[in-house]
Amino acid sequence: MSRLSQAALPSAAPSGRGPEHSPSAPVSIHDLTVAYHRKPVLWDVDLDVPQGRLVGIIGPNGAGKSTLIKAALDLVPCVSGEVLIYGLPFRQQRRLVAYVPQRESVDWDFPISAVEVVMMGRYGMMGWFRPPTRAHRRAAVEALERVGMADFADRQISTLSGGQQQRIFLARALAQEAQIYFMDEPFASVDAATERAIIAVLTELKDAGRTVLVVHHDLQTVSRYFDHVIMLNMRVVAHGPTREVFTEENLARTYGGRLTLLSEAAEALAREGRAV
Amino acid sequence: MKRSGLIAGLTLLTALAIAAPALGAAALPPGLLERLERVVSLRDYNTRIVIAGVSLLGLAAGAVGTFLLLRKRSLTADALSHATLPGIALAFILATAMGGEGQSLAWLLPGAFVTGVAGVGVILLIRHTTRIKEDAALGIVLSVFFGAGAALVKLAEQMPKGSAAGLDRFILGRAASMIAADVLAIAVIAVIVLLVCTLLFKELRLLCFDQAFAASQGWPVVLLDALLMGMVVAVTVTGLQSVGLVLVVAMLITPAAAARFWTDRLASMFGLSAAFGAAGGAVGAVLSALFDGLPTGPIIVLVCSAFFALSLVFGAKRGLLLRTVRHLGLQRRVAEQHLLRALWEAEEEQGPQSTATAARLQAHRSWSALALRRQITRLRRRAWVRLDAQGGVGLTAAGRVEAQRVVRNHRLWEMYLIAHADIAPTHVDRDADRIEHVLAPEMVERLERLVAAQEGSAAVPASPHELATPAPGGRS
Repeated sequence: MSRLSQAALPSAAPSGRGPEHSPSAPVSIHDLTVAYHRKPVLWDVDLDVPQGRLVGIIGPNGAGKSTLIKAALDLVPCVSGEVLIYGLPFRQQRRLVAYVPQRESVDWDFPISAVEVVMMGRYGMMGWFRPPTRAHRRAAVEALERVGMADFADRQISTLSGGQQQRIFLARALAQEAQIYFMDEPFASVDAATERAIIAVLTELKDAGRTVLVVHHDLQTVSRYFDHVIMLNMRVVAHGPTREVFTEENLARTYGGRLTLLSEAAEALAREGRAV
Repeated sequence: MKRSGLIAGLTLLTALAIAAPALGAAALPPGLLERLERVVSLRDYNTRIVIAGVSLLGLAAGAVGTFLLLRKRSLTADALSHATLPGIALAFILATAMGGEGQSLAWLLPGAFVTGVAGVGVILLIRHTTRIKEDAALGIVLSVFFGAGAALVKLAEQMPKGSAAGLDRFILGRAASMIAADVLAIAVIAVIVLLVCTLLFKELRLLCFDQAFAASQGWPVVLLDALLMGMVVAVTVTGLQSVGLVLVVAMLITPAAAARFWTDRLASMFGLSAAFGAAGGAVGAVLSALFDGLPTGPIIVLVCSAFFALSLVFGAKRGLLLRTVRHLGLQRRVAEQHLLRALWEAEEEQGPQSTATAARLQAHRSWSALALRRQITRLRRRAWVRLDAQGGVGLTAAGRVEAQRVVRNHRLWEMYLIAHADIAPTHVDRDADRIEHVLAPEMVERLERLVAAQEGSAAVPASPHELATPAPGGRS
């Protein structure tokens, strides 16, 4: 992944423009800009996520929703800016963060059982070279129980339905016993039972004071599921409590056509990079 | 699997092409039994060396190949092995020019290692800095490096000093040239590979299954990847002499691909793959020692491919045979259930205990007379169906219980389709036909809850559409 050279950057936003950042915020994003192949996909994201909320990240395709999560998890390089977890860089706070990647990102034909996938959520606690112990296996089975999948613990994962696979991924994140959960489209093409199971688990997490950020596609359910939304289209269009922010007007601004100037500038930067 | 399948196929063809002339010439020599006894008893020093060497190589290749296959890096490994050729030629030229012994493996293998790694480096560079797709990058590196290598070998052969004769043995391998020191080197590599794979089993599994998740937890994905590819390079370079750079990738991939058909557990796949690799090496070496002129490398690849073919057919987890048997089983169950439902519906129409004639049943489902008779025989054997004196077919008490379950599933599903999927009542029969046979108990329960909510609970709901007319020759 090539980094955008500093020279090609739009001049950094003047500080003090964004909200005041709180050091106690679970996730605090400062002036984050991300580019793929020199083409910026996310500009100047600057926000705090409050503790103990279910946060929906919504926006059209290509708005940078997954990228925002991946940048927060240090999976894609940032051109500028930083993400702080409870006031410290993510690298020092990994143990506090759990991750549910998109279901399509892995090969479900892999020779592995459901419970073994869930145990991966505890690999970080095991450290190098050590195989999982019985205690880890118990924790994994408990996580499977919480998503209603304990009966499928020893099944090879390709024999599970799409919704069941999604629940396995959720169980793996639960096994991480984190404070903050990043989930990339956990509701994408799942059955109704899975959707209910996931929502129940998310509510449990919220009630226990955990913070959950979810990339979400279905606008119909946004106000029912989330008490906080980040509306994204290459930059943050709106951010705040769902009741205040999830309005017709903001939706129109988020989904209404492409941001011509911003995307043209991005294209230009990408072209310039290619010509070099 | 698709890509690795392609590579496995290509290397198999290559191996066949190389071995074919020799296979023809290797007509049974006289005294085969004595020879077999000689070879198997490992009396000859040379045979012993070769068998030990290629078995250990197969063991290491099968072990690391498991992760290579699952990491979907088979083609990268192929490009890597081809990229070792210029290194071999350059090392020879360099050594000879400096007055050293150009044929010494101490020069050649480090050379192979350097350009092999360089090849992978170029692939990564192309992938990360340009928009060229990965498969194109792999193709470019493979052909450019191999082409350059072939040219350099020619150049080396024309050098006034030193003899480059036999340098091409690295392309297709010559196991017979193995000496004790080579076996020792292979043994060291095999031990290291087994040790690393065992110690880092969990880490490698995580890397191969879900790289992004691994990175989010702070595992050094790049380092683990480098370690995996490092082991692949080590196995490749030590395998150059015996199986050659064209075919060594088959030793890495084929055993692992074969092992996958037998198990759904990574640990067993790992062990099985290593065993297949070792056995392939041993059997291949024995065969080529038995018959004059059979080249060891290609024979090993052929043996490994035979393991793969057998696994593909007979594999206990995903073999073709197993799938066919399961499929036939399902088809048979479907046919049985159709007959049960036809008989149930006949009872609904004509009253309990009534029977249906074969002609009527045949018209009902456009069964052939033979197929119907076979179904009836099968269901009679399970005591679900009885024949009356006139040859009419009816349900037994046990059969009625089973039929009730089948009809119930079918109608629940039909009602669900009508109520929740907005499908016209005239069309649901066909749709339900396909689904009802695979409904899991859990799904039936959910259907019951859904349908019961609006219909009240009937043991067997009435059909939501008109039943098939008994008119002969007609179908619903």
